[in-house]
Amino acid sequence: MLPFTTLTGIAIPLLIDDINTDQITPAQARRSLHPDYHAAWFSRWRLDEAGNEIADCVLNAPQYRGAPILVTGRNFGCGSAREGAAWAMVARGIRCIVARSFSDFYRANCVQNGILPVTLDQVDMAALERAVTEASGTHPVTVDLEGQAVISPDGERFSFTMDPAERMMLLEGLDDIGLTMKHMSDITGWEQRTAEEQPWLQAIPKV
Amino acid sequence: MLGGAEIDVREMHRNMALTLFDKIWNDHLVAVRPDGRALVYMDRTMLDEVRAPHVFARIEQRGLAVRRPDLTFVVQDHSVATAPGRTETTRADSAEIILATRASSHRHGVRLFDLHDPEQGISHVIAPELGMVLPGGTHACADSHAATVGALGALAFGCGSTELEHILTTQTMALARPATMRLMLHGRLDPVVTAKDVILHVIGRLGVDGAAGHAVELAGPALTAIPVEGRFTLCNMCTELGARTALAAPDDAVFEWLHGRPMVPAGAAWDVALAGWRGLRSDDEARFDTEIDIDCTGLEPQVTWGTDPSQTIGISEAVPDLAAAPPGREAAWRRALAYAALPSGKPITGTPITRAFIGSCTNARLSDLQAAAAVIRGRKVAEGVQAVVVPGSMTVRRQAEALGLDQTFKAAGFEWHESGCAMCAGGSGARANPGERIMSTTNRNFEGRQGRDVRTHLASPAMVVAAAIAGRIVDVRHLVAGEA
Ligand code: SF4
Repeated sequence: MLPFTTLTGIAIPLLIDDINTDQITPAQARRSLHPDYHAAWFSRWRLDEAGNEIADCVLNAPQYRGAPILVTGRNFGCGSAREGAAWAMVARGIRCIVARSFSDFYRANCVQNGILPVTLDQVDMAALERAVTEASGTHPVTVDLEGQAVISPDGERFSFTMDPAERMMLLEGLDDIGLTMKHMSDITGWEQRTAEEQPWLQAIPKV
Repeated sequence: MLGGAEIDVREMHRNMALTLFDKIWNDHLVAVRPDGRALVYMDRTMLDEVRAPHVFARIEQRGLAVRRPDLTFVVQDHSVATAPGRTETTRADSAEIILATRASSHRHGVRLFDLHDPEQGISHVIAPELGMVLPGGTHACADSHAATVGALGALAFGCGSTELEHILTTQTMALARPATMRLMLHGRLDPVVTAKDVILHVIGRLGVDGAAGHAVELAGPALTAIPVEGRFTLCNMCTELGARTALAAPDDAVFEWLHGRPMVPAGAAWDVALAGWRGLRSDDEARFDTEIDIDCTGLEPQVTWGTDPSQTIGISEAVPDLAAAPPGREAAWRRALAYAALPSGKPITGTPITRAFIGSCTNARLSDLQAAAAVIRGRKVAEGVQAVVVPGSMTVRRQAEALGLDQTFKAAGFEWHESGCAMCAGGSGARANPGERIMSTTNRNFEGRQGRDVRTHLASPAMVVAAAIAGRIVDVRHLVAGEA
């Protein structure tokens, strides 16, 4: 997974509350054995029934193509815990989501997938929303995880807090597996000891 | 880093009374991560065809490998057809995942219990049946009823797809330690009253979140009097209490049940293992976060009336009205009563059914089929009722056939299927038609689980057979007494 240190890029203002995982990736995307998460990302909002892009959807606006930051509303990622809703962000190159708040599951899924979930205090959030909307893709936002700050398109700096373990995972590019892999010698040690003390747990007769 | 912590833990234990859960957890604790999660080693992992192709594909995409293919097992159970003569393509909509499961299991060198394997069956039935899961061991299974095998004194956890990737690549789960609960079952069960009735009653008393966040240890005189296969039923349905897992201290009955099974240590290794397993019980002074006592004396056969397993009554009772809803559950009860389409205040006996289903990881082991067949005694399934028996595993099926049970069922008008989850969750395309009412030995009566607008009544195998014969919900004790 890519480590997250500092990111400078265009931010998409998607100022809607309660965006759920079904809106981020419709359930159909999960049924296929080889789901196309790039295509599934907000597909119901971006595409009409014939599969053509809807011109006045902000997510299709030319200035926001390839933008790596999403600025959004309250309770982002609510609904089912499906992880595909985070994979779709990765597939689209979104590396940071600044929201008024997140659903717990979605927030955890973001960290697992190297996406930085940021929440700011209310006043700062309102200022950032305004600045991002006014900039309309002309000026970038900078997100600095080491310094725990967001610099808005008009240059204003807002600080945010972050759980230390989550911050470490993002900075080092570790997901859940990566975090555990740091303990590989403990795991191997456990296996060796158990192979001696309770060999039946480590070796199974072939059936 | 762990070295120091581990010595401390071991030192502490010498002075501390531990629960059975603590003992197995501590024994499998590999390390504590910086985020506070405990890395708990998983001795055996099992996954089904609904998860396997996706999880293997994700591991490949990330350039990782299955760490211990020798401790990993795959089974085709959720979406396979069960009607005799099935093939991979019997169900067109599941053929793709069945074939993908086969291919990916082979790629990773993992033992697959495939469609035509003589040991194929429902994961929670074949894992103990093969002796894959052992007392004092840990087990991860990609399904919410993993705790079934806790009846052997093992610690089992269900898991989702992302957790599975973690388990397959590291052989550990990163867990928050659950609270502990002891569920003491007192008293004596009447004849014909089974583990299923006990657990439905318990869920009725405690509610569907009654054990939320807890590792439940089942104990008490009524528990030890229940045969091992019934204890699987109890642990299986602790999931419906919201429990994180469930287990029971292994006793001689468990050791006897396990001895000689294919994956169990044999000879001198058995003796060594057994000596250790005898210590697998909660210490007398061990403290639990929650203690619950339930008296099983005088318990009637149970049946659910609603849309969650807590909506349970004794067979002689009436369907409740809204006033009986537990505090805060009024809305759920209103919806359940409307869906159930049964008059409040009227007895549940006499309710006509259209289907009877004997199967699932809850109630499709040999003893369940024996109890079911015993009720038949030459009688026939009522006209207008479709009745099916789906053994929990192909091994159970063969054992039942050796005892002639298949003949008993078929002569009575039951269909006799091959093994799989079948109508438990409708996954294999086995679903009833809108408006049907099913008596079912399964574990979930959720709205629509067995088909749109289908009403599910959960009960024991004996109760399901009695209803199949009568064509309506009846008290199996009357049927048995009438014949005696
Ligand atoms: S029988 Fe039902 S509850 Fe058991 S594993 Fe299969 S689908 Fe799940």
